[in-house]
Amino acid sequence: MKLTKLLTSAAVALGLATSAMADDKTKVGFVYVGPVGDGGWTYEHNKGRLAVEEHFGDKVETTFVESVPEGADAERVITQMALQGADLIFTTSFGYMDPTINVAKKFPKVKFEHATGYKQADNVSVYSARFYEGRAVQGHIAGKMTKTNKIGYIASFPIPEVIRGINSAYIHAKKVNPDVEFSIIWAYTWFDPAKEADAAKALIEQGADVILQHTDSTAPQAAAQAAGNVVTFGQASDMGEYAPFPRVSSIIDDWAPYYIARTQAVMDGSWESVSTWDGIGAGMVGIGEISDAVPADVKAEALALVESLADGSYHAFTGPLNKQDGTPWLAEGETAQDYGDDGLAGMNFYLEGITAEIPN
Amino acid sequence: MDLSAINPVLLIASLMVAATPLLLAAIGELVVERAGVLNLGVEGMMIIGAISGFAIAVETTSPMVGLVAAMIAGAVLSLLFAFLTQFALANQVASGLALTLFGLGLSALMGQSYVGIKPPAMAKLDIPVLSDIPVLGPILFSHDPVLYIGLALTAAVYWFLKKSRGGLILRAVGESHDAAHALGYNVIRVRILAIMFGGACAGLGGAYISLIRVPQWTEGMTAGVGWIALALVVFASWKPWRVLLGAYLFGGINVLQLNLQAAGIAIPVEYLAMSPYLITILVLVIMSADKSGAPASLGRTFHASQ
Repeated sequence: MKLTKLLTSAAVALGLATSAMADDKTKVGFVYVGPVGDGGWTYEHNKGRLAVEEHFGDKVETTFVESVPEGADAERVITQMALQGADLIFTTSFGYMDPTINVAKKFPKVKFEHATGYKQADNVSVYSARFYEGRAVQGHIAGKMTKTNKIGYIASFPIPEVIRGINSAYIHAKKVNPDVEFSIIWAYTWFDPAKEADAAKALIEQGADVILQHTDSTAPQAAAQAAGNVVTFGQASDMGEYAPFPRVSSIIDDWAPYYIARTQAVMDGSWESVSTWDGIGAGMVGIGEISDAVPADVKAEALALVESLADGSYHAFTGPLNKQDGTPWLAEGETAQDYGDDGLAGMNFYLEGITAEIPN
Repeated sequence: MDLSAINPVLLIASLMVAATPLLLAAIGELVVERAGVLNLGVEGMMIIGAISGFAIAVETTSPMVGLVAAMIAGAVLSLLFAFLTQFALANQVASGLALTLFGLGLSALMGQSYVGIKPPAMAKLDIPVLSDIPVLGPILFSHDPVLYIGLALTAAVYWFLKKSRGGLILRAVGESHDAAHALGYNVIRVRILAIMFGGACAGLGGAYISLIRVPQWTEGMTAGVGWIALALVVFASWKPWRVLLGAYLFGGINVLQLNLQAAGIAIPVEYLAMSPYLITILVLVIMSADKSGAPASLGRTFHASQ
């Protein structure tokens, strides 16, 4: 009896000591959908985490859990992080949206940041990058580079972020090459190298000579390389090991400045629930070096497009644009709204010319 | 919709590639389960095989050496399971799950410096006349050697289990380890050998993904193939030819559904995406309507004193 009492008090003392120690540091947790070594999406989020560690040194303590399935499992992982005393938790995939909101209700003092979603709460911010600006550049290059006029697109899940990307790439490819056609495969996964490779092979076998991907591994790059004459683009990360060919450019996500700013806000006590949606201009979306496999004039046009997207003189969705069924969406010169009906945030329709259908 | 865009010859050729890792892992697990051992660590052994094979192939620039290394690595990891379940008499389900978790973690650690590296290419079989035959050439005679090894292994396992004395002993151990023990057979030794065979096959299957099918290393790249292999063994009623059929069906429909999507066919994508699982299960369940059940001693621990 005495011994157990002693042990209990020791444990309590230890617990107090560790929680007292923890108070000095700001604890930041990250929930990842893939492994940190995926070379794409999660890899870049993890780079952001490392940047936070480097920037704040001893003042922060970061933790992460990788390969967390979207759904009920995510709720368990996020709860666990909150229970372990995290002050700020970044949940870095669309499918964590509802789990994040649910957990946030139970831990009103913990701050949450959810990537690419649209549900905000008093202690839940949302942040995303305007990847569709990068897709516009890819679409332009793809339209110029294709010889078969068939462009393959490996999509992940039918959510607004992915649909925006397809639309943006399509209209910009169509603009420079009216004959272009898109073949879209829904892989229903963010990360499955074997499946992504199979999808890329299926597209290539059917005559696509440009592959765009919205999945996170480099497997499609390898498949394109094996085929020999197929152009690809890095997704989420530079994927520079496949440059200069087949990877001719890339969309790079740069989360580090945002993660550092938000961690700082928690330290200062100035954290507020916000909705951030930055693009090329703010540096959240980077365009990886356009390799020499792209003809010089196309490269110059692409760079000019990047420039105009960055300074805001051009919006990737500028009218006249019709929806797939022919109903008008944007009038001549009109640019797309972020929110509201038919806004970009909830985009769930294809634009005119795409022949496929969105799975519901 | 443009079905003519799908080239059936290329389709069949790529479905064979897609099915091979599944076939290799499943045929190995089949032998393990026929010996009365349930090893849920297939996924772990596959991923260890994938990284070991990849690393060795990169270091030696020989994919063949990499494949052999993958088999050894898978077998070595399975020895851990063999030790836990056959000597320490640990629960097989728990040990197998632990093996998978351990394998996934260890492979991520081993693979740290191999992300983004390209492995040496595996030469495809190129027989001068045969590979050039219009339809049959690409389907039958121009694959990588491992694909043929997978098929040969299926035939060999069938022959071994059905026709050889060793296979009879292995089945006896799996059906009733007490009876096999009473007859003087070394139950533990037979099971350890079966477990190692299963480990080697899983390792080879993993390396097939990292060296030939994808080919590159990324963490968690086997993405559940090991679990599908486990399910396949059950649905195939522990019979080698049905495993082959199931693996080709699964791989085939998976490739076919991607091709149908790319061709823009009007079937909703959700149905296409679930079709490989549905059709494979359906076919194998219908086929297993005969009375073939699981090995009677499956999952039970054995100790000579009991």
